Amino acid sequence: MNIRRLLVIAVPYLWLLALFLVPFGIVLKISLSDLAIARPPYTPYLDLAAGLAGLKAFFAGLDFDNFVFLTTDDLYWRAYLSSLWIALSSTALALLVGYPIAYAMSRATPEWRPTLMMLVILPFWTSFLIRVYAWVGILNTEGVLNQFLMLTGVISEPLTILNTRTAVYIGIVYTYLPFMVLPIYATLDRLDDALLEAAEDLGCSRLSAFWLVTVPLSKQGIIAGCFLVFIPAIGEFVIPALLGGSETLMIGKVLWDEFFRNRDWPVASAVAIVLLLILLIPIILFQRNEQKQREAEG
Amino acid sequence: MATMPANEDFAPWDDPSARALITFRNVTKRFGRFTAIDAIDLAIYEREFFALLGPSGCGKTTLMRMLAGFETPTEGAIELAGRDIVPVPPNRREVNMMFQSYALFPHLSVWDNIAFGLRRSAMGRADIAARVEEMLRLTRLEPFARRKPHQISGGQRQRVALARSLAKAPKLLLLDEPLGALDKKLRQETQFELMDIQEKTGTTFVIVTHDQEEAMTVASRVAVMDHGRIVQVDTPARIYESPNSVYVADFIGDVNIIEGTAGASSDGPNLAVHWAEGQQALTGPARTPLAGGQRCALAIRPEKIAISGDRPGGMHNVVQGKVLDIAYLGNVSTYHVELPTGHVLKAQTANTRRIARRSHTWDDTVWLSWSDTASVVLPV
Repeated sequence: MNIRRLLVIAVPYLWLLALFLVPFGIVLKISLSDLAIARPPYTPYLDLAAGLAGLKAFFAGLDFDNFVFLTTDDLYWRAYLSSLWIALSSTALALLVGYPIAYAMSRATPEWRPTLMMLVILPFWTSFLIRVYAWVGILNTEGVLNQFLMLTGVISEPLTILNTRTAVYIGIVYTYLPFMVLPIYATLDRLDDALLEAAEDLGCSRLSAFWLVTVPLSKQGIIAGCFLVFIPAIGEFVIPALLGGSETLMIGKVLWDEFFRNRDWPVASAVAIVLLLILLIPIILFQRNEQKQREAEG
Repeated sequence: MATMPANEDFAPWDDPSARALITFRNVTKRFGRFTAIDAIDLAIYEREFFALLGPSGCGKTTLMRMLAGFETPTEGAIELAGRDIVPVPPNRREVNMMFQSYALFPHLSVWDNIAFGLRRSAMGRADIAARVEEMLRLTRLEPFARRKPHQISGGQRQRVALARSLAKAPKLLLLDEPLGALDKKLRQETQFELMDIQEKTGTTFVIVTHDQEEAMTVASRVAVMDHGRIVQVDTPARIYESPNSVYVADFIGDVNIIEGTAGASSDGPNLAVHWAEGQQALTGPARTPLAGGQRCALAIRPEKIAISGDRPGGMHNVVQGKVLDIAYLGNVSTYHVELPTGHVLKAQTANTRRIARRSHTWDDTVWLSWSDTASVVLPV
């Protein structure tokens, strides 16, 4: 009995160990190594055949030089700050767009709700890469959007949207909108209409009932949605690479360049480790919010 | 009724000079093709505890929601203290409502829930605090002021809802099935508490309920509703003793209905009802004048029927039958007696003796009798 229970518990732990902790250890190790013209392109390399002396030489070869290097070139901290800023502002934009969508869904008649829910989820059924690439066709100077605006006479010169930060914001908000909409919808859906009637009965206008009752009671959903957008947005690579052009500095792109252009695996790993440390704070806050919500419900 | 000493004198509905606080004038409400409220006229007076009673779907909740302002009548006018309130939105009416689900704000403490309505008014902070404390005292909630709604019991939540709706001292308080979520014992206690609070605050209460016992206990007057119409509005005693229709007689309490045809009036207000071939006619006072030969029903409450082993003398209404069933309810027993005509009458006796000393049992032949004034003859 005890052994069987141990086995059941061991499966998820082994899974985490093999697919999370071991790769993380490898990346951490590479970040502490030095660049080398070799295959793989870093030293030291653990030589188990050399025994204890080999192990000693291996640990002696590890240092924090790559992390120190990240502080010397202002490219890196500017990329981190820029990523933080882009992630923060696109989270705010996603909230601004997503909340009304979630609100409208929760106010819709019950027979419409599954359809609306489907429309929110449906884009996930096609490849993320294709969806982002489609925006190139929409946003470029000869694209669908510019043609439409010029045809209707709103503008006379095509707008430059592609390869700017605006395009990155559009891409991130578009891609991660469902992550904002669904948790907010979940909290609004549970909201009892009688609460809004009670607020009105006690002297609230429709608008103040919204601020004093609806918004506070959907707080958990708003927080969850914001984290679900912010966390993946900060390390985003595909969207700035396809839509942001060279002008947009994001840490995901820096990481890609270090890894594939410079073939500097140690520095790329150091960038990844720092990114992970930065993300650790919002992830912990997110977990705490989820736990608080569970406690409030239980 | 002992808790309402003023009850004997309090009858503004009988006083032609009294002005109603609320007046419904020919109010109709339709939802699409469905008529929820059908041309209702109704007057409710100040300081009344008025009950809207009826089965679910009878329109009582719609009537209340029109008073709160959540529904607009399709036709007709509703006046509060002489002013038409139909165009007034709910947040500007001097009417507050206690919701069936209580609708307490889960993110606010008991104190903040009660203060919610006061904060929407022009009241100062110190005045708000004083009023909230007063409400907490009135509903005995002082120890729970800082708790959130999910941290208190159902009975306490009910009192928070009451305190919150009373805090703004409304002209009219609406209570939508206020005791529905409580268990029976707590419900009975709370009924008297509600009456007590109503008297202390002097507020006019309108309660919606499907529980006739609750309506009878708390209300000064009861409106019995059916299919969007008000069938009868009267004091609980008159509703019970003198219903105006078979529907009301049947809805309130237990009743035996014997259908027949009206005979010519024999002595004074009493009417003979021919109810079965070869049986002596039954007599009772008619609620409305009935022509001879018209179909009618004699309604008689089980507790007004005496049951005996020998034929009682000096009674007009005597029938013989066989005990079919006995329902023992502790304080009373209900005898189901089958007459030779196939009618089954219920007769109730108080169990003043122990059950072993019961004088009638299954299959005994017994005599049922009641006085002329115990029943009422109703049109069908």
